[in-house]
Amino acid sequence: MSVLPYLAAGWMFLAGCYGLATSRHLVHAVGCLAVCQSSTYVLLLAVGYRTGGTAPVFSDVRPGSRPLVDPVVQALTLTDVVVGATVTALLLALVVQVAKRHGTVDPDELSELRG
Amino acid sequence: MNDALVVICLLLVAASATAAVAVRDPERQALVLAVLGLSLAVLFTVFQAPDVALSQLAVGSVLTPLLVLLSVRKVRRGAGPKTRRGTGPDRGGRDRTRPDAGPQPPGGRGGRDGATG
Amino acid sequence: MSRRLRMLLLALGGAGFAALFAAACLELPHFGAARHPYGERAVHAALARHTANVVSAVNFDQRAFDTLGEESILFAAVLGTVVLLRQTRGERQVRPEPVAVARPVRRYSLVMVPVALLTGLYVVAHGQLSPGGGFQGGVVVATALHLLYIGVDYQALERIRPVGGYEVGDAAGEAAYLVLGAAGLLGGSAFLANTLLPYGTFNTIPSGGTVPLLNAAIGMEVACAVVVLLARFLDQAVEIVDGSGE
Repeated sequence: MSVLPYLAAGWMFLAGCYGLATSRHLVHAVGCLAVCQSSTYVLLLAVGYRTGGTAPVFSDVRPGSRPLVDPVVQALTLTDVVVGATVTALLLALVVQVAKRHGTVDPDELSELRG
Repeated sequence: MNDALVVICLLLVAASATAAVAVRDPERQALVLAVLGLSLAVLFTVFQAPDVALSQLAVGSVLTPLLVLLSVRKVRRGAGPKTRRGTGPDRGGRDRTRPDAGPQPPGGRGGRDGATG
Repeated sequence: MSRRLRMLLLALGGAGFAALFAAACLELPHFGAARHPYGERAVHAALARHTANVVSAVNFDQRAFDTLGEESILFAAVLGTVVLLRQTRGERQVRPEPVAVARPVRRYSLVMVPVALLTGLYVVAHGQLSPGGGFQGGVVVATALHLLYIGVDYQALERIRPVGGYEVGDAAGEAAYLVLGAAGLLGGSAFLANTLLPYGTFNTIPSGGTVPLLNAAIGMEVACAVVVLLARFLDQAVEIVDGSGE
């Protein structure tokens, strides 16, 4: 139990990498990259978790009355989620351009075009 | 109790992540990515991170799959512009072009609806 | 690189990563451990500045400079997407034809547009009090507008979504963040330091000094950025076609 969340994050990262390397469609590859990215969220939040802790929000909890989970990693993850989506959008825009220029989105065919 | 919840959510997330990689058709992958985003949002709620869960819910289960679907549509159309006129620009994401469907029969989806302004 | 070589490389790298990562996991603090030195200090700092949502306090007060960096990545990514997905030579724009939408769908989505917009704005406005903030609320506001596309048609969406205006809004959000940071500098302390405004009453909307203002700037930028991104992708998928195909 004490390392299961970390292992899950590692598994997700490896699965995403496998998908990236074997992908036959660039859009699919971008999706796999999104999976890799999600693994970092799981890892960060798992590091900050505290058994019996509550969310670090005091709108209805009196300060000091309950243990809190770590807010710093949550803040890191929060910005990462939104920024990650826009980076995904940028990559997809690149894929659309590749499709327009070369008429294919298979990475193997693309490298044959060049070589 | 809470431990069991964490384990269930983690397994759900790991399974949907594996599925998102294993599904090779990007259109279907977009749907699995939405499921992954949803299960991540549940996991983050269990991790007592409501801020991140909200953000993941909005981004992971709506925005990313939508962008993937839109690019798939564009790429499918762009890959064979001379033969794919049947999948004309009618209603955006509504048009679910089948993967590897080949040239569509003229008139299959309103034929030349996109040809004239 | 041949397929076999690539798989071999992947297997080697994956095995190496798995071994090192598993070893590192065993040395990490156990899941659910009670010791979080940075977290405790962040909570103290947030309470000292009357910000009820500690995550917002970390984002917009203690690590405001880091958020500026994140925001710039967002801005640059949107800029890159806009440049990549512009209409190029040899492409034509085709007006999508209006299509009849089932009446219940139309009614439901027209009811939901204001509700979703209000929810998004609420999430942005209460970022310093309850879970939420500019990043989450901005995405909700931006995607709420697109209910019009589902409920009516693409032209209705285009009417309420002048992309140029949202591009300006995106830049204005980024600029507002910088200006607020510089105001801290002019106010006699450091860039983005939260010393300019009174900290207010704990757990009310104008609490937390500059946190609500920075939060609103981010909300505006994220909402406009997502609208612009989706507009570019929708234009590509719906309107712009390859001219040589005709």
